[in-house]
Amino acid sequence: MLGKLSLSAIPLDVPILVGTFIGVAVIGLAVLGAVTYYGKWGYLWREWLTTVDHKRLAVMYVILAIVMLFRGFADAIMMRTQLALAYKGNPGYLPPHHYDQIFSAHGTIMIFFMAMAFMTGLMNLVVPLQIGARDVAFPFLNSLSFYMTLVGALLINISLFIGEFAQCGWLVYPPLSEMQFSPGVGVDYYIWAVQISGVGTLLTGVNFFTTIVKMRAPGMGWMQMPVFTWTAFCTTVLIMVSFPVLTVTLALLSLDRYLGMHFFTNDAGGNVMLYLSMIWTWGHPEVYILVIPAFGVFSEVTATFSQKPLFGYKTMVYATCSIMVLSFVVWVHHFFTMGAGANVNTFFGIMTMIIAVPTGVKIYNWLFTMYKGRVEFTAPMYWTIGFMITFSIGGMTGVMMAMPAADWILHNSLFLIAHFHNVIIGGVYFGYIAGMGFWFPKAFGFKLNEAWGKRAFWCWFIGFYLAFVPLYILGLEGMTRRMNHYDNPDWYPWMLVAEAGAIVIACGIACQLTQLYVSIRDRNLPENLDLTGDPWNGRTLEWAISSPPPAYNFAVIPDIHGLDTFHTEKQLGLKAHGKPLAPIHMPKNTSAGVFIGLFAFLFGFASIWYIWWLAAISLIGIVATMILRSANRDVDYYVPVSEIEHNEEVYSRRIAAAQAAE
Amino acid sequence: MAQAHTAHDGSHGSYSAYLIGFVLAVILTVASFAAVMTHALSPGMALAALTVLAVVQIVVHLVFFLHMNTSSEQSWNLMCFIFAAASVIVIIGGTIFIMHDTAINMMSR
Repeated sequence: MLGKLSLSAIPLDVPILVGTFIGVAVIGLAVLGAVTYYGKWGYLWREWLTTVDHKRLAVMYVILAIVMLFRGFADAIMMRTQLALAYKGNPGYLPPHHYDQIFSAHGTIMIFFMAMAFMTGLMNLVVPLQIGARDVAFPFLNSLSFYMTLVGALLINISLFIGEFAQCGWLVYPPLSEMQFSPGVGVDYYIWAVQISGVGTLLTGVNFFTTIVKMRAPGMGWMQMPVFTWTAFCTTVLIMVSFPVLTVTLALLSLDRYLGMHFFTNDAGGNVMLYLSMIWTWGHPEVYILVIPAFGVFSEVTATFSQKPLFGYKTMVYATCSIMVLSFVVWVHHFFTMGAGANVNTFFGIMTMIIAVPTGVKIYNWLFTMYKGRVEFTAPMYWTIGFMITFSIGGMTGVMMAMPAADWILHNSLFLIAHFHNVIIGGVYFGYIAGMGFWFPKAFGFKLNEAWGKRAFWCWFIGFYLAFVPLYILGLEGMTRRMNHYDNPDWYPWMLVAEAGAIVIACGIACQLTQLYVSIRDRNLPENLDLTGDPWNGRTLEWAISSPPPAYNFAVIPDIHGLDTFHTEKQLGLKAHGKPLAPIHMPKNTSAGVFIGLFAFLFGFASIWYIWWLAAISLIGIVATMILRSANRDVDYYVPVSEIEHNEEVYSRRIAAAQAAE
Repeated sequence: MAQAHTAHDGSHGSYSAYLIGFVLAVILTVASFAAVMTHALSPGMALAALTVLAVVQIVVHLVFFLHMNTSSEQSWNLMCFIFAAASVIVIIGGTIFIMHDTAINMMSR
């Protein structure tokens, strides 16, 4: 009846998990209680959970990303603490079974549910505003994508308390992930969490590709698109090409596990190496899916706070597109040691080194944008400059490992771990946090606190170097990744330094939380309020409207005459809006996404635990909800002119108030 | 939102086109099964025949069911298709290149 599920699946014997469960339960109940106490369930349901508004989905994505950051970071600091203790006679406090789950969950969560969710959130908020659109091309699919991501995140977190998580790394390499060696439900949790959230990511890719191709404001040609939109465009192309490969790879692995097939098994003609090649065919574009939008954020931030147009807009676009294409022909550099001959390794090694060229072009573009600019050192600018330094180092160690001969020594060592954290924290994370600080006023109408933002930056920056430079050294000294215990006295001091770095990063996260708290507390102070909708003297269209924008974004769709039209018109003192108002066609909120998400959750959970009757019922539920939604003709409405006029009037009064205050 | 609803151009095909497509698809499918089940071809030849039949099948589906052609309103579709084809060639071609080289190098085949 309940498949593999029984009471013994609940890990009551692990005190850390019991404590965590109590913590999560207390916080969860407190949140639910608060919502009930303040009578906000109706509001939450109508305005947020069922919304198809890209700006609100963006907020929910970023909240999910931040919660997942806590989870992922908790894993990270637990690993560091284990390695700071587990030296010589001390076994540490995490037995291998638990430790292996932690490093697998850390990677999976940080990539799929922190970074991907954060990136999707930023794209959701910014892309439609930058191209002068009123929503994305398929608003309902956008809501559905969010729930697919959320369901994936829920499944992976439930594995903490019911059953176990995978113990074979964040990409679950076979043969270890096959039934023969991983008979538990851990790998199944991984497969279904990633597959379901992968559906959401793929839909997001299609959605934003269509939005950017079809819904740009009149006059906005390809070479008039803001750089962030360009990077989002390249990312959606990468998503559409690479995510199906991931889906197929994991589907083949599940056929092995569920139906006893032999795609990747050791015996019966399976080919383990094919899995490596296939997973990295997705995996390498994936890291560019994450970092390319961060490049877009840095471009917007640097141009705005240097008060200059971006240096070399066209080279930036070409560089982004070259990176997009090149990222598809480098995947072997993740497994040079697999045993391919010199032909293959040389080709992919050279391709990998070539990618450094367009990336270098970008770094110079940002530097020249700052050169002779009137640079305002705001918190987003701090993150950007920190990025340029950190990412350059990470890029260089990457080129080192692009040499197959060097990679044979460094493969799977802590040097590799240091390298990719160097580019992912220094590139992706710094970028998203810069973007969050930059666009926060657009989403909420008030700025984030600068002082706490800078404190967070310094903690992250210093903490990063403390935590990961020792890992470079340890890698060169021969320490491999995913180790649970060691007895080399040379390694021990470096492990203590790395632990200290992790603690400094923890302070950085604490500063970020404080920043959120202080900003919300002081949101009504005049210096924090964003009345004009353009707090940074911005260049692109999202700053042409009020903060937060009305549901329809633009009362009149602006006409575009070139790059940075909004900024040019602002300089010339031109009023952008002259056209008469007309009723605006908008999508209605829908609960279909919530229900499909709910059924998908049940389906995933049932498949993990072999509860086939529940899987069948929930699959029927998904299809039925889809059919009901398709049959529903009442999916749109018109915003009347009177309402638009009212909003515009409020907005002009706020602008007048801001001008009076100056 | 208004922009999203203006994209309904391009033909949806005629009854006869669907019928021709259907007949062609059936012929190709039967031919594929026949190539294997009658044992008329050697295994290597059968594999080659299946590959050719599969590619033709893809083209038939694209032309008759998905209405892909070279007219101007289809240019985006065509471009996406060419891009997808290029990506598939990189992915499949690259995988064959890697796995073949590995197999030779490691003497695993």
